[in-house]
Amino acid sequence: MVLGVSMKILIIVPAYNESENIVNVISSLKNQNNLWDVLIINDYSKDNTSELAKSTNNAYVIDLPANLGIGGGVQTGFKFAKKYNYDICLQFDGDGQHIASEIPKLLNPIINNSADVVIGSRFCEKRDNFKSTFARRIGIKIFEILNSILIGQKITDNTSGFRAYNKAAFHFLSEFYPSDYPEPEAVILLGKNGFRISEVFTKMQERQGGKSSIFGLKSIYYIIKVIFAIFMTAIRRKIIKRK
Amino acid sequence: MFLNFTINRVQIIAIVGSLFFFFFILQLVRKRRIKEEYSLLWIFFSIIFILISVWKDGLEFIARFMGIAYSPMAFVLIIIMAVILILVQFSMVISKLTEKNKNLIQEVGILKQEIDELIKKNNLQK
Repeated sequence: MVLGVSMKILIIVPAYNESENIVNVISSLKNQNNLWDVLIINDYSKDNTSELAKSTNNAYVIDLPANLGIGGGVQTGFKFAKKYNYDICLQFDGDGQHIASEIPKLLNPIINNSADVVIGSRFCEKRDNFKSTFARRIGIKIFEILNSILIGQKITDNTSGFRAYNKAAFHFLSEFYPSDYPEPEAVILLGKNGFRISEVFTKMQERQGGKSSIFGLKSIYYIIKVIFAIFMTAIRRKIIKRK
Repeated sequence: MFLNFTINRVQIIAIVGSLFFFFFILQLVRKRRIKEEYSLLWIFFSIIFILISVWKDGLEFIARFMGIAYSPMAFVLIIIMAVILILVQFSMVISKLTEKNKNLIQEVGILKQEIDELIKKNNLQK
């Protein structure tokens, strides 16, 4: 048996008002590997994201009855994956930013059991090929420094939502996952609880449609809230004890 | 020195007001408009208000004990403490409710998906 072939893999796609991208995202995932199950978490979209996703007949679609934000949405995916006994979860954003052909790079370290969590990073190899807003780059730098200090491991792309988790990691996160903008906090939470995190360089696309959920005043609130949450996560006791 | 039984008008108003408040809270709990666990802080502080209004020199005593020169400020301080404590309790309750609410939303989402799947599988009409 080839390692990893029998593993059940779930691709979790959080989507809020992504009618422009969702069909392409699903077909790109299914074209990449038909054995992967795709789960769209429709976070109470105001457009027809859900209908479009269902019309492909290629994805499970969960329609949340109220808006939870990306953290609560992705966590719904973890709960679903736990319930249906998946082996690996991969978070793949619904805005067309992530590239399906890069997924195997994230899955391989999990399949070889060399990591519990793999983050697709825009920065860990070449630095200058991804354009981002000034505020966002500053935020990313702050998280990089903070997380390096707090868990003693340099993570270059703490805000990346392109991540793969093994069973232990997503079972843990199905119970404890931060809300709102969870990615940088989740790095600390996982690092602190002894999960092995690794980063691989992945190409990402400029967003094809829609607007980032973080801009303007909201981005300042975001940085303050997440930094505070990171510190609180760091001074909390370990939730689980691992060998 | 600390017990002074002459009663003046402001003290009567204070006693009546704080007793009224105490029974008002009790009544709300009795009618199940406030849950017992969320009424404890209110009850605790309404008893303190009753004590302060009955024990005339009490405020003076407390103020002197805390090093406050102007004794009514001691009363203001107690009120502010009461309000802050109760608001913190509200934040805790809201946070707990938010977490439960999130879990419910997630669970309902998953269940709806499963029901849709079953309906499709069994060719049931919606």
